[in-house]
Amino acid sequence: MSTLDTAVPGLHEEHHGPAKGLGRWLFTTNHKDIGTLYLWFSLLMFLTGGVMALLIRSELFQPGLQLVEPGFFNQLTTMHGLIMVFGAVMPAFVGLANWMVPLMIGAPDMALPRMNNWSFWILPFAFAILISTLFMDGGAPNFGWTFYAPLSTTYAPPSVTYFIFSIHIMGASSIMGAINIIATILNMRAPGMTMMKLPLFVWTWLITAFLLIAVMPVLAGVVTMMLMDIHFGTSFFNAAGGGDPVLFQHVFWFFGHPEVYIMILPAFGIVSQIIPTFSRKKLFGYASMVYATASIAVLSFLVWAHHMFTVGLPLAGELFFMFATMLIAVPTGVKVFNWVATMYRGSLTFETPMLFAVAFVVLFTIGGFSGLMLAIAPVDFQYHDTYFVVAHFHYVLVPGAIFSIMAGVYYWLPKWTGHMLDERMGKLHFWLSFIGVNITFFPMHFLGLAGMPRRIPDYALQFADFNMIASIGAFIFGFSQLLFVWNVIQNIRSREAATARVWEGAQGLEWEVPSPAPYHTHTTPPKVE
Amino acid sequence: MSAHASYYVPAQSRWPILASVAMFLLAFGAATLVNAITAESGTGVGLMMVLAGALMLGLILVGWFGNVIHESRAGLYNEQMDRSFRWGMSWFIFSEVMFFAAFFGALFYVRTLAVPWLGGEGERGVSQMLWPGFTAEWPLVNPPDAEKFPGPHALVDPWHIPLLNTILLVSSSFTVTLSHHALLRDDRAAIVRWLGLTVLLGIVFLGFQAYEYIHAYTELGLTLHAGVYGATFFILTGFHGLHVTLGTFMLIVILLRVLKGHFDPAHHFGFEAVTWYWHFVDVVWIGLFLFVYVI
Ligand code: HEM
Ligand SMILES: [Cu+2]
Repeated sequence: MSTLDTAVPGLHEEHHGPAKGLGRWLFTTNHKDIGTLYLWFSLLMFLTGGVMALLIRSELFQPGLQLVEPGFFNQLTTMHGLIMVFGAVMPAFVGLANWMVPLMIGAPDMALPRMNNWSFWILPFAFAILISTLFMDGGAPNFGWTFYAPLSTTYAPPSVTYFIFSIHIMGASSIMGAINIIATILNMRAPGMTMMKLPLFVWTWLITAFLLIAVMPVLAGVVTMMLMDIHFGTSFFNAAGGGDPVLFQHVFWFFGHPEVYIMILPAFGIVSQIIPTFSRKKLFGYASMVYATASIAVLSFLVWAHHMFTVGLPLAGELFFMFATMLIAVPTGVKVFNWVATMYRGSLTFETPMLFAVAFVVLFTIGGFSGLMLAIAPVDFQYHDTYFVVAHFHYVLVPGAIFSIMAGVYYWLPKWTGHMLDERMGKLHFWLSFIGVNITFFPMHFLGLAGMPRRIPDYALQFADFNMIASIGAFIFGFSQLLFVWNVIQNIRSREAATARVWEGAQGLEWEVPSPAPYHTHTTPPKVE
Repeated sequence: MSAHASYYVPAQSRWPILASVAMFLLAFGAATLVNAITAESGTGVGLMMVLAGALMLGLILVGWFGNVIHESRAGLYNEQMDRSFRWGMSWFIFSEVMFFAAFFGALFYVRTLAVPWLGGEGERGVSQMLWPGFTAEWPLVNPPDAEKFPGPHALVDPWHIPLLNTILLVSSSFTVTLSHHALLRDDRAAIVRWLGLTVLLGIVFLGFQAYEYIHAYTELGLTLHAGVYGATFFILTGFHGLHVTLGTFMLIVILLRVLKGHFDPAHHFGFEAVTWYWHFVDVVWIGLFLFVYVI
């Protein structure tokens, strides 16, 4: 068996560069290669999910049914959500963690490098299964990314079974990825890199990894119960046998709410790296940032039913989940305050990463405020399942999570490729995205308040104007992302060499190694004062 | 075994990508198979894919773990590596705990909220309009719609096989600990004796469990179709049984390794990891015994 592997005792890997050809990417155990794979995969999924979004917005450009069948419209919204959440946002953060965590803490690689490769390579297969459902009899899953029973059980197309198993292996990938990140952070820090010296990106990822390990198994549990109900005659979600469809929602949101924090905590981390650099100041309130992140994570387990205010919870439940949800605004507010305080009286410059980071602070906060409105149970009776919710979560996810990823890529790209970015093009990408995102999602607040339901292919005439504006914005935003692709490719091919520090105000171990970072870094751990 | 100075970063490896292909075969095959069973059409393709995937994954794990054992015995792993494995295993077990937590949560929700509400309790009593004759009870032997979900006519008596199984598993936690102590003393004969006994206890447990399932299906009418009691009963005991099976298998692997002369008092994390896993399976059973059978 061991002929396949070359585990030669005493072999010193650190003197080796990357292998040649395709094998490098298939068999790699190098955290930088794996980070790169994650990031390209995520970009591919982002574009795939983006095409679906533009199809949705084209259908909604005008009232009436014009482009797609209503049934296919439901498949599009479902696949768009699943691909963006599990294929674009989560893998992008894992990719950034792979690249940056070992560099930031002075580790030679991730703690378990072979498992790291496995975590990545499961994903293309999982998404091949998920996307292949579009071509199956009965079509792709059409029950929304939250796949509520009984839509996803009794009334589901046969492809739901493929969806279930693809979720299973995606979950295995996430859990292994998270275990690797936690083990790396807890065990691989350079001497002197104490916990309270960790860069915030590392801290937020430590807590995110904990959330992942805690809730991905719950997701596996809920899809398993679905599988049993659909194929093996159980009645978990069927009241006729004594079960309850609402049980589905409880289990799903016990996963789902921490999941939204899985998609935002690493974003907090990235922004907390970038803002100090371009403010040329230390991060304001480092310790309070750490404690705020930890309390957000703890609270995120106690608020899940704010997604279920309208299912008919007992009054005590409505009240508990309302107040617990509002409590999360406190640590979130601490963070926003600290970012602003870091910028206060700093010597600010606005390179592309900083522009994205500042836009994150402003626009994420708008999403936080609409979340706060939704958290008020009696008001949510009105807003629930309207475009107001769509506006809320797109504000926290697009100019939130996605902007932070863009910011992180622009910030660290010179370290990866060794080349500086064309600032003019970066800024063009930023401004088009910034304008596009707001034109797309801001009007959705008004649509929702006026009562337009979500997940419909057609709507009443009074919603026409805002929908048209939103669709135009979506096209601006969508096509400007091609600029992002262009910028990344140009950067790889550019000749403008970056220095090791790259940005004047940058602090931390990742800026001590040359740019591009050598294939193996920190093979002898650096000393941290 | 000399501990290596720097952290061991393995060379390129083919195992992970092959394992991903195997997982793809398993997942796609399982979906195809299950759909075919429900549609009562031919199960050929799906079954082939599942079997191929399972075989492939099995061989890969043998090869992959073989590499790890080889590297470990060649002294490539330092103490830091050992700690990585420890963290890895601990968090893996935590993820397993959360997997069971989902099913325990479902059980508690159903018995303390959903079923009483169906029976007309409290503000949620409107559910009573669906099945006016329904009375709430737990264990639920008369589900609301008895045509679709005929409830069990009797239940498993906790004080027979389940109690016996509890005694078996708890003792096996002790025997595995005794085996670990023997390893710390480097008393090879005692390691094998206690480990062998642990494996035996695990197998007997599984035998009883299989007998109980047959009994439940053929005599008690306690099936997957028997309403939500049967659903929670089988999902909890079933996944636990699968974990015992896996644990027993892992015990057998380390038993074979002990027989081959692996492990010494200072280096035996592979051994310890399996004992951790076994204790975890034991603790889950105690929860099961209390909340599924007794209370
Ligand atoms: C101050 C913080 C936040 C509060 C108070 C909050 C509150 C809420 C509430 C009450 C809902 C349910 C609305 C309804 O369905 O009627 C909701 C939905 C949602 N939120 Fe948030 N939220 C916050 C932050 C976030 C963040 C950071 C994310 C993700 C990065 C996020 C993502 C989502 C998503 C995806 C949904 C919709 C799920 C669906 O039904 O499809 N939220 N939020
Ligand atoms: Cu939530």
